[in-house]
Amino acid sequence: MNEKTKTSEDCSRRQFFTHISYTLGGLAALMVGIPIVGSVLAPIVKQPLPIWRPVGELKTFTVGDIVKVSFIDSSPLPWAGITAETAAWLHRKGQEDFTCFSVNCAHLGCPVRWVAGARLFMCPCHGGVYYEDGTVAAGPPPRGLYDYPVRINNGQVEILTSPIPITTV
Amino acid sequence: MESLRRAWLWFDDRTGLGSALGPVIKHPVPPNSASWFYVFGSATLFAFMLQVATGVALAFMYVPSAGEAYQSLQYITDQTTFGRIVRGMHNWGASAMILLIGVHMVRVYLTASYKFPREMHWISGVVLWALVVIMAFSGQVIRWDQTAVWSTIVASEQAGRIPFIGEWVAQFLIGGETIGGATLSRMFAYHVFIVPALLFIFIGLHLYLVIKNGISEFPKAGKPVDPKTYRKEYEALVKKKGIPFWPDAAWRDMVFGFIVITTILVIALIIGPPALGPPPDPSNLDALPVPDWYFVFYFAFLALMPPQMETYLMVFGPLLVGALLFFLPFISNKGERSPLRRPWAVAIVALTIASISGLWAIGISSPWSPHFDAKPLTVEIIGADSGPIYRGGMDFNEKGCLYCHKISGHGGLRGPDLTYIGDRLSSNELTWRIMNGGLNMPGFGGTLTNDELSDLVIFLKSRTKQNQESSSLGGD
Repeated sequence: MNEKTKTSEDCSRRQFFTHISYTLGGLAALMVGIPIVGSVLAPIVKQPLPIWRPVGELKTFTVGDIVKVSFIDSSPLPWAGITAETAAWLHRKGQEDFTCFSVNCAHLGCPVRWVAGARLFMCPCHGGVYYEDGTVAAGPPPRGLYDYPVRINNGQVEILTSPIPITTV
Repeated sequence: MESLRRAWLWFDDRTGLGSALGPVIKHPVPPNSASWFYVFGSATLFAFMLQVATGVALAFMYVPSAGEAYQSLQYITDQTTFGRIVRGMHNWGASAMILLIGVHMVRVYLTASYKFPREMHWISGVVLWALVVIMAFSGQVIRWDQTAVWSTIVASEQAGRIPFIGEWVAQFLIGGETIGGATLSRMFAYHVFIVPALLFIFIGLHLYLVIKNGISEFPKAGKPVDPKTYRKEYEALVKKKGIPFWPDAAWRDMVFGFIVITTILVIALIIGPPALGPPPDPSNLDALPVPDWYFVFYFAFLALMPPQMETYLMVFGPLLVGALLFFLPFISNKGERSPLRRPWAVAIVALTIASISGLWAIGISSPWSPHFDAKPLTVEIIGADSGPIYRGGMDFNEKGCLYCHKISGHGGLRGPDLTYIGDRLSSNELTWRIMNGGLNMPGFGGTLTNDELSDLVIFLKSRTKQNQESSSLGGD
């Protein structure tokens, strides 16, 4: 009887040590894990604010033309170098009427090119083609080109920076 | 020599390494497993060791900074001592790993070595294969040139199609909302810390399992695996006929491994590393991001899949393939192992190889892509130097027709060859097709003037076999 009691006490003592070891180990992992995992996940939680970027003087754009404009993205890090550069296709449709398309094909993000002679945007990767208004003309894109907000500010054409457009379901 | 031997004896006495590892490397294996069919797993391991060594060497010189990585790669390739060779070995070593792990998987599948009791060998192998693929992709990205930038975006766009969490996964891959400083740093961390750590863990598990359950014997037709008796039979086999793994079986691994390593070195010496593309400037749109050869078949798959099904195929296709591979041992873990008695297994392998090869061949030529660098039609091909045929030919060059259609060997492959289109379609049919488009062709009704349309139709109508022959006779 005595022996049995001792064994069960021994077991509960052992169980206690087991549980405390697991708990302390888990707690330590959780405490250090929060900042570690948090720092890795931060880019998808902390979104940079969009910024208006000037892309050129109003008078430099000809009505009817579609031209490539380059600008710095919304969240350039100090060591980004040329990777902070981005581009868009700017269409001056009227005196103060602009449309600005993302350069990323809505299929899989490849850089579409403006073929002025054909007045088409063409994607080199999987053959997506868009009309000059950004609608799909041919190929696999599930939707038209994404666009950026444009404004004219003190004679400057400005584009509101946006994330790389991700086509979702 | 004697002093070295004494030093080893002292070291072994204190550490016990010799007595611990000796029986492991000399463990008995079935005599028929000492075969040239069984060398691909160890060759993959040798290639991995080379990747670790060359990767560490590259890390001494590579700068994982978005703004400077490209210049550091130029420096490694052009200015450092042996840097070009080390980069070349790392690149071709990656190709070797992809190739060898694929051959190893095919061998294991065909000989059904994944059956009882080696289910976990296969599963750990599938995880290793997935990790090798991730390494190949992340390695291509940290080669931080223009293709790397656009490949990252393409991968993120695919991730974006995952239901509900797609955008988050995409931004996790990019390291934010746009390509930039964070993208390369994160990809570098995956490539040199996270994935290699997982590789070491799973290689350790894979090798431990090989020791624990033994190398599978080469299968015999008519001798199925029965989980109730297999272990006893295997133990009896190795006890009675087994040969020590080292060196009786391992010498073939060493010979083949030597050939693999030497081949990688020779290719690195002769061909060198892949040329860097233009700098990683996302605003330079003059880009055609084609992945490294081992992903070209998937690149083709993305282009050829039906658009209405592509989201499902893009997201669930790889998941389904991964799940099928992962759960294979649970679908069948007993019965015949010999490929002679498993015709479906042989057929699946043949079909897979044929599909990948076919997609690869199509991916190389990428007929769906407009050929922006197509040579313009010459006056000789047009067959006139003035008038509507000439003007139509010039329009064909300038209006983008040339990028997708071929005439007399000049032009793209996306649309039909129009060399003899005048024999097939009437002027009305040509006009209708140009104006309205069709299938994969955009309509040009809104962009061509009446004169341009008329010239273009006259030019195309002149593309007949008779005209071509008389023009070539005239040329003679």
